[in-house]
Amino acid sequence: MQPKDLQAVQFAAYPAQARQTAVAHLDLFRQLPLSFLPSMLREISDYDFKFPAERAFIDGELACLSRLSPAEISDWFQAFSGISISPKLAEFDWVNQPAQFVEQQSAYLWSTHQLDNFRKAATEYGERLQATRPPEHLPLRRLGIVVIGQDVADYSAPLFRNLRPHGTTFTQVKAENGLAQLLDSVQSRARSVPEPYAHWYIDGGAISGNIDPSVTCLSYHGLQPVRSALLSFMQQQIQRPGMGPEELRTRLAQMSPADLGMDPAEDPVLSRFQVKLLTEGSGTQIFSTTFAQWATREALRRAQALTLMVNFAPRQRQLPMNEMLSNQNPNPSLDPLGSLIDADMGAYYHWINQQRLPGAQESAFVAWFQGHALALVIGPTLPRGVQSSSTTSLAELVQLALA
Amino acid sequence: MMEDAALNPFDPALGLSRTRRDFLRDAAHLTVGGAFLGASPLMRAESARKKRKIIVITFGGGARDQETFAPEGQENIPHLLSELIPQSSFFTHVTNQGILGHYVATASLTTGTYETLNNFSAVPPEHPTIFEYFRKDLHRPASDAWVVAPSNGFNRIGESDCRSYGQGLGAAVILPKHLLTAASSGSSRDFDHLLRDNYENPLYTPPLGGSEFELRQLDQVLRLSVDDFTAHARTLSSPDELSVYIAKRLMQQEAPSLLWITMHDIDIAHSGAYSLYIDGIRRTDRLCLELWKAVEANPEYAGNTTMFILPDFGRDSDYDAGGNGFQHHRTGDIASRTTWMIALGAGVRQGMVFDSPMQSVDLVPSLGAIMGFHPVQSSGHPIQELL
Repeated sequence: MQPKDLQAVQFAAYPAQARQTAVAHLDLFRQLPLSFLPSMLREISDYDFKFPAERAFIDGELACLSRLSPAEISDWFQAFSGISISPKLAEFDWVNQPAQFVEQQSAYLWSTHQLDNFRKAATEYGERLQATRPPEHLPLRRLGIVVIGQDVADYSAPLFRNLRPHGTTFTQVKAENGLAQLLDSVQSRARSVPEPYAHWYIDGGAISGNIDPSVTCLSYHGLQPVRSALLSFMQQQIQRPGMGPEELRTRLAQMSPADLGMDPAEDPVLSRFQVKLLTEGSGTQIFSTTFAQWATREALRRAQALTLMVNFAPRQRQLPMNEMLSNQNPNPSLDPLGSLIDADMGAYYHWINQQRLPGAQESAFVAWFQGHALALVIGPTLPRGVQSSSTTSLAELVQLALA
Repeated sequence: MMEDAALNPFDPALGLSRTRRDFLRDAAHLTVGGAFLGASPLMRAESARKKRKIIVITFGGGARDQETFAPEGQENIPHLLSELIPQSSFFTHVTNQGILGHYVATASLTTGTYETLNNFSAVPPEHPTIFEYFRKDLHRPASDAWVVAPSNGFNRIGESDCRSYGQGLGAAVILPKHLLTAASSGSSRDFDHLLRDNYENPLYTPPLGGSEFELRQLDQVLRLSVDDFTAHARTLSSPDELSVYIAKRLMQQEAPSLLWITMHDIDIAHSGAYSLYIDGIRRTDRLCLELWKAVEANPEYAGNTTMFILPDFGRDSDYDAGGNGFQHHRTGDIASRTTWMIALGAGVRQGMVFDSPMQSVDLVPSLGAIMGFHPVQSSGHPIQELL
């Protein structure tokens, strides 16, 4: 089926708000090329479970495209129209299974050497769309906080090497009560601008103490029952004759919070987000450091968090993969040193992902080697690539980053 | 999109081109090769060709410049850098324009053509492999070409289904993990850490039936008893260590003229643990030297062997919003497509760095020119700096 043949009834299986959004833009969809439209439907079909920032993005994109004349649409999507789609793919139910279509389309683009053209078309489209958007005024300057190195007493190799050229390294940080000070700064910002999903705390271990409800919290430990249910499901699927990687990915992508035993009364947007972290993320089910890094990336990319603090905890030591996937050891041996190296890279990726969001020039970032006197601070007024031996607290460093 | 150029000094394309030329000169005091310097010592008389042995090692699966030969990564490859590079020609700019899956990319390396087969299926390459060209054109026996492959999914890589080549003309493929499974006769619990088949998804790739052939390989080819083999396996810590052990045994017992070894430990990066990815690179660095030392210590190989070491491809850049940095190789960006190659040993100009771009499919035609076979269906071109 081609987009020009679309009918409203084909969106009947979409959740309510997604269906309403799709049907309202049917005329637009009919003008878009098949190489592009399923990617857009993948986002729209999940509209009911999207974060506010994602909904605003979809609404803005649809509004922008709806204002274009047919000639302008043809111009905007010329490069996508040049991408061929196999007849088999065109026959696929891309309205109801857009994510699976996109996955198969990706394989097709690789095999037909069209991936580079597709990337170019997508990049140009994104830039064109971005240029139509009014500048975004944030209610708070964005702040990222990373805590690494839990349970590491000594480490002599340099940390934050990738970040140092972009900020100031502090070597005389007062470590006492540092974690609490950082959490206080997150909660204070959340209380001052209590927007939903704007302020996050992600813990690679367990969250201790009470956190202000205006902060969105998730932890590797807190999701243990969900991870166990997912690993059991994966084990069952792996045993099934004929199961292949694509089939397994499709089944994982279709899982809902209820399938993994999550409480249906809980926040459906956050529950769906957590399920996706575990079903779409690679390694998030077995390594807490991977979970923390990926959750941070996704919270920034999708929710566009104004404040995001992540506390990395030691992951389990590497074991044979099937042993880790079988999840039979409730108290696995931990690897604090390896986790420190994982988290150091995770801190760098946190900053990179933060810099992709609006307001990057004004954003602030603090990374701390937990329990030690070393921290790295990036802010618009702080010098880059220098070191400071001033004695200072973590709370003061946050203020410096935001100065 | 990054908003502020001042905060984003990392245009990956610029970074790559800058660091490629500066890759090694400071660290290893090598000479940058330019336009050519006369005939290579690789091109020798026919008699020398007959004794020539070639070993190809894929530094797999998927390593980026910044964790290997770029200045910030050189600490991870001390053996390549200080012991192998000074006696090598180093090619700084190798691109892979094909599909970035490990089996399909390795198949493309062996055929010199960008294959399009399903990465997760045990199917043969569509085009003739180097092993078929080598054996058919040079009338070599089956025992002269071997592949040591990392996973069951690679069991068809030895020969294509091309009608004019194909069956009976390819390389024998030895799958160390399958061998170990057969040798441990089902009680493989002790060897779980050596049997992990791939890191890209939680499924074990195609289970292979039967064990008689593997046990015959063990006995008749490697001349190892089951007890000796399993006892040695217990001393190893990773699948690539097992592969190198098998490769060295093969060199001692069969001394093949064409030996292809595919490493895979580095692909643990898919789990997202950066430290384990780095551990994999450091282990592979050590194993490459171990293999070279085995070459130098073996009279069948010493002095007449040329070894090629190259990653099958890179991994995604830290700065491509479509990826997650080192974890995967899915974006098809420059960092994931651009890598390097080392050539060392017999006939190779020592201490040279070549910046001119080449493609990974150029390897097979280059080996054809060196060995005297004709990879007629390859889309690559011989690397002039090797000729």
